[in-house]
Amino acid sequence: MSVNDLFKQELKVVNLGLKSFYSDLKSQGVTTVQVNWKPKAGGKKNMLSLLSKINKVKQS
Amino acid sequence: MTIQTSIKKNAYYDSVTLMLLSRQLQELAGVEDVLVGMGTDLNLDLAKDLGLATGEFDTLTPNDLFIAAKIDEAQISMKAVEDAFNAYLNKNAESDSDEDYQPTSLSSAIQALPGANMVLVSVPGQYAAAEVEDALDAGLHVMLFSDNVPVEDELRLKQKAVEKGLLMMGPDCGTAIINGIPLCFANAVRRGKIGVVGASGTGTQEVTVQIHKLGEGLSQVIGTGGRDLKEQIGGLMMIQGFESLIADPETELIVLISKPPDPSVAEKIYQIAKSSPKPVVIDFIGGDRAAIEAAGAIPCISLEDAAQKAVKVLRGREYEDFTGFSLPEEQIEQVVEKEAAKLKSDQTELRALFTGGTLADEAMKLLGDHYEIYSNIPLSPEMAIENLPEGRGHICLDLGEDEFTRGRPHPMIDPQTRTEFFESHVDEKTAVILVDVVLGFGSYKDPAGAVADSVREIRQRLSTQGRDVVVIASVCGTELDSQDLNKSIATLEAAGIIVLPSNAQAVRLTDKVMQRIKKGAGDVR
Repeated sequence: MSVNDLFKQELKVVNLGLKSFYSDLKSQGVTTVQVNWKPKAGGKKNMLSLLSKINKVKQS
Repeated sequence: MTIQTSIKKNAYYDSVTLMLLSRQLQELAGVEDVLVGMGTDLNLDLAKDLGLATGEFDTLTPNDLFIAAKIDEAQISMKAVEDAFNAYLNKNAESDSDEDYQPTSLSSAIQALPGANMVLVSVPGQYAAAEVEDALDAGLHVMLFSDNVPVEDELRLKQKAVEKGLLMMGPDCGTAIINGIPLCFANAVRRGKIGVVGASGTGTQEVTVQIHKLGEGLSQVIGTGGRDLKEQIGGLMMIQGFESLIADPETELIVLISKPPDPSVAEKIYQIAKSSPKPVVIDFIGGDRAAIEAAGAIPCISLEDAAQKAVKVLRGREYEDFTGFSLPEEQIEQVVEKEAAKLKSDQTELRALFTGGTLADEAMKLLGDHYEIYSNIPLSPEMAIENLPEGRGHICLDLGEDEFTRGRPHPMIDPQTRTEFFESHVDEKTAVILVDVVLGFGSYKDPAGAVADSVREIRQRLSTQGRDVVVIASVCGTELDSQDLNKSIATLEAAGIIVLPSNAQAVRLTDKVMQRIKKGAGDVR
């Protein structure tokens, strides 16, 4: 969807991170979902890199 | 005093929540110092620097929460600190009062929200790029609020976004208004015909607020992140935003805001401006006026000037540089005389304490070469705050910079950092205090009240020496913001603070008072 198509649509927001941004959107009546986010693979760098490689292989 | 640690395995909370909780725990009697954070390398280093690290830290992962505290066990136990932490956390959860379904990944969130078209990312920087990449791959636009994202990742992600015709606003993008919806730190302004693309957060907020105050409104406000116009990124998102606004039928005029871009990037922007069928107003704060004019665009001398010119051109009116005040000049002169008369002859120094970086930068540029202003964002390297001679001289600080926000929230979210600087940096030599008060979504619930409280304390402190101080503020906000512009102005004025309608005017008044002092207005009472 191009930027100009976005301008014509209702904004629907996925929020990853600070909960206050989600609360602000909700208070304005914006359709939004908060992701209960935490670092993948326990945030361990070597595991993250491995995961990323696996995902790339999957995609290809 | 003992240093104690409490660890909760696999309990993730966002950094702002934890920094605010740290501050609350700090207030407990018997707690000398405390740090609450996730076990990231950044937080572990900070705990070590603060002398709060213990052996247990070796087992922490970024998914583990720690509370590290230096406590006086005669007054408080670690158990009591933990209990207080849990109580604050539960209170926060209650005030959110939502038990909405929260998917655990971006992909499940996209499934849960049919028609999702924007992803806001504010997770820690080292994890952000992977999430943004997934969002772009799924065809969604992105606003990336996180900082500490490597520039190589920014380039790769923006190239992907451009390829797919998507927005990738950021990293470190603090403000945007898409389809009338303010995102992250943005003010409540009316919708209208002016589109903005901005690489500077509070600069963009100031322009949108001024446009609103002048009676016009915004079609779209696109943030790019501060590095977008550097050579490495090549202005990818400013160009993407600019071209989108040219193609947008709701936008009749376009405003571009940035610190001076790399010349190669500026040239690309000028080429698009030359062929734009819509008028283009450019504030490259302190940028090349002649080059902007040569591109057929309208150059500006301040953020307020950009808003003024945009509104005048939109209304088909003549325009010129706005160098004055909204109030009649004679009224301003009366204020200058009255305020300068409050000061003793040895009160000569400026203390400009900003929460908005662009506003601090604009202040120094408007005050110009005839002041030697020391800063953490200096206009030239020799004016770095470290070079301040024996603590004496004019100071202008951007308190939102990294060195002041390590382990604590940005001063727009929590006024504590500036409160402390009011205490430590304002003394008997201070003549003028200049501040910004930024309202809007994301900002603290009552920033004007916090400034007013600090100013009352300063006046109380100085009065013991028979002294007073001049305090000048501008409020970046509207009557539609939850903090309310008019209420904020009234709060500041009740504390004897002179409130001007824009940052540029506040800086100009500061200049006039400082010049008046130079001429010798002190000790006149």
